[in-house]
Amino acid sequence: MRRLTGVFVAFGLIALLAAGAARAEELIMVRSPQPFPETIDALQRLIQEHGYKVQRVQRVDVGLAAKGFKTDFYRVVFFGKPEETRRLANLHPELIPYLPLKIVVFAEENTTLALTNNPVLLGTFFKDSELAVYFRRWERDIRSILDHVAND
Amino acid sequence: MSSKTSSFVQAVLVALLAALSLSWADPARARHEGSHLYAQHCSACHGADGHGGVGVPLALPDFLAIVSDDYLRNSIRFGRPGRVMPSFAHLTDAEIEAIVRHMRGWYKGERRAAVKIGKGDAKKGEKTYKRNCAGCHGPEGEGGRGTGLTFSRPRDLPVLAPALNNPGFHAAADEQLIKATLIHGRQGTPMMSFLKMGLSEADIDDVVAFVRSLGKKRAPASARVLDSESAVLVRRSPHDVATTVEKVKNAMAAANMSVIRAVPFDEGMVDKKLENRKRIIIDGCDFNFLNQALTVDPRVGLFLPCRITVTEDAGRVLVMAVNPKRLSTIFNNSELNAMCEQMHEVYTLILEDATL
Repeated sequence: MRRLTGVFVAFGLIALLAAGAARAEELIMVRSPQPFPETIDALQRLIQEHGYKVQRVQRVDVGLAAKGFKTDFYRVVFFGKPEETRRLANLHPELIPYLPLKIVVFAEENTTLALTNNPVLLGTFFKDSELAVYFRRWERDIRSILDHVAND
Repeated sequence: MSSKTSSFVQAVLVALLAALSLSWADPARARHEGSHLYAQHCSACHGADGHGGVGVPLALPDFLAIVSDDYLRNSIRFGRPGRVMPSFAHLTDAEIEAIVRHMRGWYKGERRAAVKIGKGDAKKGEKTYKRNCAGCHGPEGEGGRGTGLTFSRPRDLPVLAPALNNPGFHAAADEQLIKATLIHGRQGTPMMSFLKMGLSEADIDDVVAFVRSLGKKRAPASARVLDSESAVLVRRSPHDVATTVEKVKNAMAAANMSVIRAVPFDEGMVDKKLENRKRIIIDGCDFNFLNQALTVDPRVGLFLPCRITVTEDAGRVLVMAVNPKRLSTIFNNSELNAMCEQMHEVYTLILEDATL
């Protein structure tokens, strides 16, 4: 009986762990009920409140409009922790194309969509236990930032 | 480990498992969790209250009155490969159940009685389908085009017609759902009641048989997601960083890209005098291509700008870019496949030109 309980417990735990390990979605996306200007201001503030520095904001809409294309607001916000970004780029140069982190923000009438790829999924390609710790933290922080964007 | 310690550990683990399962057994808690999970995973596309947006509206009475819990569970679990709706297979059964319970809370009315499924003729059904359904759902059941995201551009239809040939649809839908939808239509969407439009129940059974036959065919191209063998494209340059940067700029121009800027990777992150001049990013853009890509899927900005990085690493000069085929996987949108493959070729060409 005790052996059976042990097997049951082990099975249950494996199932729980397997479920935990698989907990990742490729794209993290939220919709803010606020218009674009308020949302992008809030996003930049939240990024800083989470301990990151906004490196720059790429104004995709401005580039498109300059070429004659009709467009609504569309920006890409690049951000990171300077020392962390520098260190990881030195240690793992192959990671550079995915650095710094970024969030895409664009208007859809009176609402705003904000999205990014899930950093944890980078672990599929960059198999390194130290990096995995960063990827998990970035995911947690990004989810927190975007949760606030959607709900504040 | 002594048998006493082992028993203690087992008892703690059993208690932990029991606590976890009990927490989901409480319906009020499950609904609360469902609301939270729905907000986290579904609301950006389907709307906070299920009234749609990117994704189809879920809170429609005509939908919730006929749909089974299994359909909802399996749609969440398997998604629609290549059709934007991702698979949420990473959610646990309990989490999926909680989302389903939350969705059920949107509709308090009666569930419609089951419809009787007759033996349909798929060949006849195909003819009826082509006359009545193909206009929205496509001749082969490939569904409407686009993502449902408008990026404030005009929408052709208020709802994207679902792909009836998608393996995810067939993993979720049964004959009951297909026939009931054809009989009752779905108010609030362009889907009409085909019974009211003059089709007989026998005609509808034929269409059900035809739609079902679509699921037995090989997965269509619209359900294909590109494989990406690596996350980055890398080449080693025989030149120094400055020469390689100039070569990249020339190669980008040759590929019809406007070079926007070539700056240190850490510009804006560190003080000007601390910038690493041996690690340069070259941003470019083919605005015509970008405009087309945004029309197909406004989310593609995630891979903007078109960026090539030149970096010195342990005496080597590397030239790198993200692998655009990753886009297809991330966005689960087969309409992007051709564009991702094209960008993959363009990036490869630039990298090879610059490192000759």
